[in-house]
Amino acid sequence: MSYRLLSVDKEELDISPPGLKERNYLGLSDCSSVDSSTIHNRVQDGEKSNLNFKATELRLGLPESQSPERETDFGLLSPRTPDEKLLFPLLPSKDIAASATIGHKNVVSGNKRGFADTWDEFSSVKGSVRPGGGINMMLSPKIKDVPKSIQEERSHAKGGSNNAPAAKAQVVGWPPIRSYRKNTMASSTSKNTDEVDGKPGLGALFVKVSMDGAPYLRKVDLRTYTCYQQLSSALEKMFSCFTLGQCGLHGAQGRERMSETKLKDLLHGSEFVLTYEDKDGDWMLVGDVPWEIFTETCQKLKIMKGSDSIGLAPGAVEKSKNKDRV
Amino acid sequence: MNYFPDEVVEHVFDFVTSHKDRNAISLVCKSWYKIERYSRQKVFIGNCYATNPERLLRRFPCLKSLTLKGKPHFADFNLVPHEWGGFVQPWIEALARSRVGLEELRLKRMVVTDESLELLSRSFVNFKSLVLVSCEGFTTDGLASIAANCRHLRDLDLQENEIDDHRGQWLSCFPDTCTTLVTLNFACLEGETNLVALERLVARSPNLKSLKLNRAVPLDALARLMSCAPQMVDLGVGSYENDPDSESYLKLQAAIKKCTSLRSLSGFLEAAPHCLSAFHPICHNLTSLNLSYAAEIHGSHLIKLIQHCKKLQRLWILDSIGDKGLEVVASTCKELQELRVFPSDLVGGGNTAVTEEGLVAISAGCPKLHSILYFCQQMTNAALVTVAKNCPNFIRFRLCILEPNKPDHVTSQPLDEGFGAIVKACKNLRRLSLSGLLTDQVFLYIGMYANQLEMLSIAFAGDTDKGMLYVLNGCKKMKKLEIRDSPFGDTALLADVSKYETMRSLWMSSCEVTLSGCKRLAEKAPWLNVEIINETDNNRMEENGHEGRQKVDKLYLYRTVVGTRMDAPPFVWIL
Repeated sequence: MSYRLLSVDKEELDISPPGLKERNYLGLSDCSSVDSSTIHNRVQDGEKSNLNFKATELRLGLPESQSPERETDFGLLSPRTPDEKLLFPLLPSKDIAASATIGHKNVVSGNKRGFADTWDEFSSVKGSVRPGGGINMMLSPKIKDVPKSIQEERSHAKGGSNNAPAAKAQVVGWPPIRSYRKNTMASSTSKNTDEVDGKPGLGALFVKVSMDGAPYLRKVDLRTYTCYQQLSSALEKMFSCFTLGQCGLHGAQGRERMSETKLKDLLHGSEFVLTYEDKDGDWMLVGDVPWEIFTETCQKLKIMKGSDSIGLAPGAVEKSKNKDRV
Repeated sequence: MNYFPDEVVEHVFDFVTSHKDRNAISLVCKSWYKIERYSRQKVFIGNCYATNPERLLRRFPCLKSLTLKGKPHFADFNLVPHEWGGFVQPWIEALARSRVGLEELRLKRMVVTDESLELLSRSFVNFKSLVLVSCEGFTTDGLASIAANCRHLRDLDLQENEIDDHRGQWLSCFPDTCTTLVTLNFACLEGETNLVALERLVARSPNLKSLKLNRAVPLDALARLMSCAPQMVDLGVGSYENDPDSESYLKLQAAIKKCTSLRSLSGFLEAAPHCLSAFHPICHNLTSLNLSYAAEIHGSHLIKLIQHCKKLQRLWILDSIGDKGLEVVASTCKELQELRVFPSDLVGGGNTAVTEEGLVAISAGCPKLHSILYFCQQMTNAALVTVAKNCPNFIRFRLCILEPNKPDHVTSQPLDEGFGAIVKACKNLRRLSLSGLLTDQVFLYIGMYANQLEMLSIAFAGDTDKGMLYVLNGCKKMKKLEIRDSPFGDTALLADVSKYETMRSLWMSSCEVTLSGCKRLAEKAPWLNVEIINETDNNRMEENGHEGRQKVDKLYLYRTVVGTRMDAPPFVWIL
């Protein structure tokens, strides 16, 4: 029954709002270093205490949408579920018995597309279905149901997916690299095109991200995101350790009170706003132009205090202030 | 048997330091057992659930140093849910209650809380050394308690942990009277660092030999730190970013030149490559170089640096060094013993950074090489045969071909013969990790030749249960066997249950073992903990009619003297 739900939404997808685009979820399994800062963290919400998120929430005030719901979306019954279960449909279900195992010879390479589409399925569902029931049902199917449903999903996925994802899908926990290393590399790697050994193919697009008050800057690969929402979440996560400190200044004790203060700050307009420097050297508010144009023109990102950004595209700032925050 | 008084025997035992040897001594006779246990100061527990703190303390009341490991190795690759277990709290509580004079605690893959750290810091007056590797669950508040309360702290070594950073005031918690630090490694902290507190701490620590900084320590601070600690032996550079102004850079160069004791260099998380030349003057002294996080150092800068490092024994780098770079290593670093080449492009862009050629070059040029971890895109049997011939001294051989099931790229054959050559030639091989296309044949070779093998990692390999059986029957010294995504099932699992008593643990995930197979195993071997980790509700597994034939997601079994653990989360089912 959980999969029927999926297929229904599949149709809705075709007319889904522009924000819900095809996503490049290669990092879901934590195998991809670059993506892990976004997906990895999002998926692992259930594992870290939810307090973490409340306390470290940083709304980036993008005009088009708010950061996705995090607590309940992935209100996981068990932490590993989205990783494992959804990645299993790599195989044709010739071997049905229990969890579809991946890794029998010659199968992995043949089914990467299937996986990516399946995950895309899931991610789009998230946006349109009430998170709690739908996702949970999908995440914890009975074991024997999985293979059948995988076949269903995969045929739907192949039929109706949008643009092909750029990257191959990945296997859970492969290559065997510690998550610490992957996360560290994700924020350190620079593949700027001026490097002699720059890597072709996927054309990673790393831009520096700085934040007012932070002691050092980070880098993000814009190619790993396909919409502003993803970028926003990733940055929130990356810079959360600094915002926590900001709260500390207000003398809040303990995480819960910190989050209250934080939210109050957000509501009173001292939220952070994401801006970028374009090819002409002008600083603009992120979110005004279509994503593709943004990625082509963005040279640098900067997380500014809301008050500092008033001079920029005032309409956008106004819009973001009025938007409902969850 | 004993012609000597106990004190003399004990004195002799003092010279025996390795755990294995001391364990062996204790088995000789009752008298030696007794003497040994009262004189034992360092204990190593490879699986924290194999025993419990009470038994530990009963046997070794004079314990001073404890090493504990928690989660299975595959937890490093996110195959084990975070809540699985490995909590250090009960251990610290028990140790604190017993008033044992704990001085050193080393933890790997365990869950550590701020509460645990606080308790630790308050309970042991002579506590000196805390080493945490791949742990999680704590914040900088916990570090603050350690800093504040451990009067004689010598080592605070945090390696690759996941720490919630509450913004760096923990450094100021070291009292002004604290002057005993020898090791300070906080490279894994993500947040800001109080530079003033850090500089003062380093300035008042004349014994500081190992300092590993995090990203938030900029270049000018580094220069100051190095100036007040010229006795430094092991340095982890944090942020090396930004073009330094000429004055800062000159200061750094001067400071580096004074560090004539520097033997080990690491870090460079963010690096301006052309500044590396500041380190060239001391490179000829370096024995250890870890640039595996330095994604921004490529090509010529890297090679230039390495060309100065003629005494290098340990090198960790990224595959962006390329086969050509490895050839430079091979011709320069004749003392090389350990090499790790990590993948720089984890997105799978298919860039062939290092291949079998680099590996062969290293094996040919570095006669002392005994440990290797090599991530690459392709391999051939011929290359492995050559490597085996060149380097019969391997103790650890870990090869990871990034694409699962990839055959020899020249002959399209499985890599059985290549790995077979390795195990045949390397008679002292203790650790082996396999990859690429492999059939049961490779396991036959392993079973036949790998007599000293203690740890074997298998992924996407083998055809039938025979593969696993070869290993279980052949490798007498096997301690840790971990298998994923391979077609081994109940037959292999149940063939020789007593084998598991000689091993520390067995991990099997995405294999063919069924629930009923695991149940039978658990029945036959009550001295094993057989844990099933399933994503779904385990009750549902029982309700299903197909219960017996249901495959198990993840199986982790280990020998234990204390039975089922009480702290398992709901998704772990202990049979």
